[in-house]
Amino acid sequence: MKDHTGVMVFAEQSESQIHHVSFELLGKGKELADRLGVPLYSVLLGGQVEEATRELIYYGAETVWVFDHPVLKHFDLLNYKHNIVKLIKEVKPKIFLLGATHLGRSLGPRIAAALDTGLTADCTGLDVDEQGNLIQIRPAFSGSILAQIKTKTRPQMATVRYKVMQSNRRDTNRTGEIVDRKPEIVPSLLSIVHREKSGEGNIVESEIIVSGGRGLKKATDFELLAELADLLGGAVGSSRPLVDDKWIGKEHQVGFSGHTVKPKVYIACGISGSPQHLAGMRFSDVIVAINTDPSAPIFKIADYGVIGDLYEVVPKLINRIRGKNQ
Amino acid sequence: MRVVVPIKQVPDMAQVKFDTDRGIVDRSSAEAEINPFDLYALEAAVQIKQKLGGHIVAVSMGPERAESSLRDALARGADSALLLTDRQFAGADTLATSYCIASAIRKYGDFDLIICGEKTVDGDTGQVGPEIAEWLGIPHVAYVSEIREVGAKLTVVCDMEGDTYTIESGFPVLITVTKDVNTPRLPSFRDKIKARDARITTWGAEELSTVADKSKFGVRGSPTRVDKVTIPTEEGRRGKVFRDRVDAAVVEIVSALEEMGGLRA
Repeated sequence: MKDHTGVMVFAEQSESQIHHVSFELLGKGKELADRLGVPLYSVLLGGQVEEATRELIYYGAETVWVFDHPVLKHFDLLNYKHNIVKLIKEVKPKIFLLGATHLGRSLGPRIAAALDTGLTADCTGLDVDEQGNLIQIRPAFSGSILAQIKTKTRPQMATVRYKVMQSNRRDTNRTGEIVDRKPEIVPSLLSIVHREKSGEGNIVESEIIVSGGRGLKKATDFELLAELADLLGGAVGSSRPLVDDKWIGKEHQVGFSGHTVKPKVYIACGISGSPQHLAGMRFSDVIVAINTDPSAPIFKIADYGVIGDLYEVVPKLINRIRGKNQ
Repeated sequence: MRVVVPIKQVPDMAQVKFDTDRGIVDRSSAEAEINPFDLYALEAAVQIKQKLGGHIVAVSMGPERAESSLRDALARGADSALLLTDRQFAGADTLATSYCIASAIRKYGDFDLIICGEKTVDGDTGQVGPEIAEWLGIPHVAYVSEIREVGAKLTVVCDMEGDTYTIESGFPVLITVTKDVNTPRLPSFRDKIKARDARITTWGAEELSTVADKSKFGVRGSPTRVDKVTIPTEEGRRGKVFRDRVDAAVVEIVSALEEMGGLRA
């Protein structure tokens, strides 16, 4: 294991745009690499990704291996896996990180099994111990506990949750090495016959989220929350029961089985705060909770808790903000 | 179509308690059930069988009591069930679990399609499905939200967050399905009775030794281990609670929003 060195980050792209989680991984990866005294690497697969490659350098990668080929433009599972596995066997990084996106969580296990190494899913924290081993921290049991996991094989692989780590500032003065690799193309076995933007993910990108829970009396009352969200330039979220009852679409669902969000402000209206819900929003910068039940668990993680009726509080918030905006 | 559905017995997550002193899940605190996500995989298999005929085998690795979840799978439409149980399988992480299940599928032989739930509610990794596919050297499609066509080829729609891909594949192939794929039906009383008396095949490490390396099972074959468990604490929250002072709360919250640049002036 001594000959393993470096921290390698898988750079995820769509339409030659790097997914922001990859920049976050470079931020965390840099911190780990510095502590271990090893270089920070990145690997990018795509079609026409020259500009995107430079972005990886600007965000801190010291060496980027690039596989640029039309077959790799979109996620081609077996070709992605084949070329990454080959590169890892050659470069032998100590640590290999992917975003815990659907793509990362589909690709990561294939690479791990091919390399016969451990993979920790959906980490929210990464650290190194005194021996230089990676400590992988992930919520377990719907977020009610945090497990620290170590891997005895190399590379130590983890998928890391989006919007949990901090990216470095983009710095166009940073320089690094770009290594162009000719990919080995293997049979795809899967063919993408159609691809479309589903429009999902808006809520994940929102800086302000106003969410509703069981405290709402009827489906149309989401309009009240939407009014507040609109005023703040934010999005509307929901806890799971209301999505299950089809009061609002699944793309709005925040929590364990929905989206994980990390907005600047999360306003929870009539949400008691089940562990499943908290798992999806506990990393928000500021949490505002409005609930009639003083014992609601959401108050334990709130910056501002209002014990009161959302039907009184939300309109007052709207009025005051309107007054300020005028 | 020969379909394999790997399932896992899990504790009911709404009831289960965590023993913080011992750092383990107190399994006696909750009823055991089939991982809820696996019900969608089973239903998908049943719908395919109704259309094309064939055979559905449910396979589970776990302690002997996991047999009850396999009986539930039989009641829900599986034709046969395979329990992988052995002390050597215990303590497996996702790599060792997937290796064991993949070995059993290899020994079992002919199959066209493997359908998994997208993840389990207790482990929450979603890794075992894709890892099984890798061990077997077959392609997989994860997060399938719709099975559009199944026959000479398989056409599925998968959700890649922001992008939806329609993907075609030949066989054999593994898919992992989300809750959008169907609505699982409830087993009838008659099916439950029938499942109660069905024969369940049990394989241990010995039975799999013809197709597998026994050192890769269970805790020995698991590269990851849980080192420590902590209870998350909320640090740095202001924790300011307003009771019966709605107006004061509104003033303070709006000025906080204002300071953060949250208001579009």
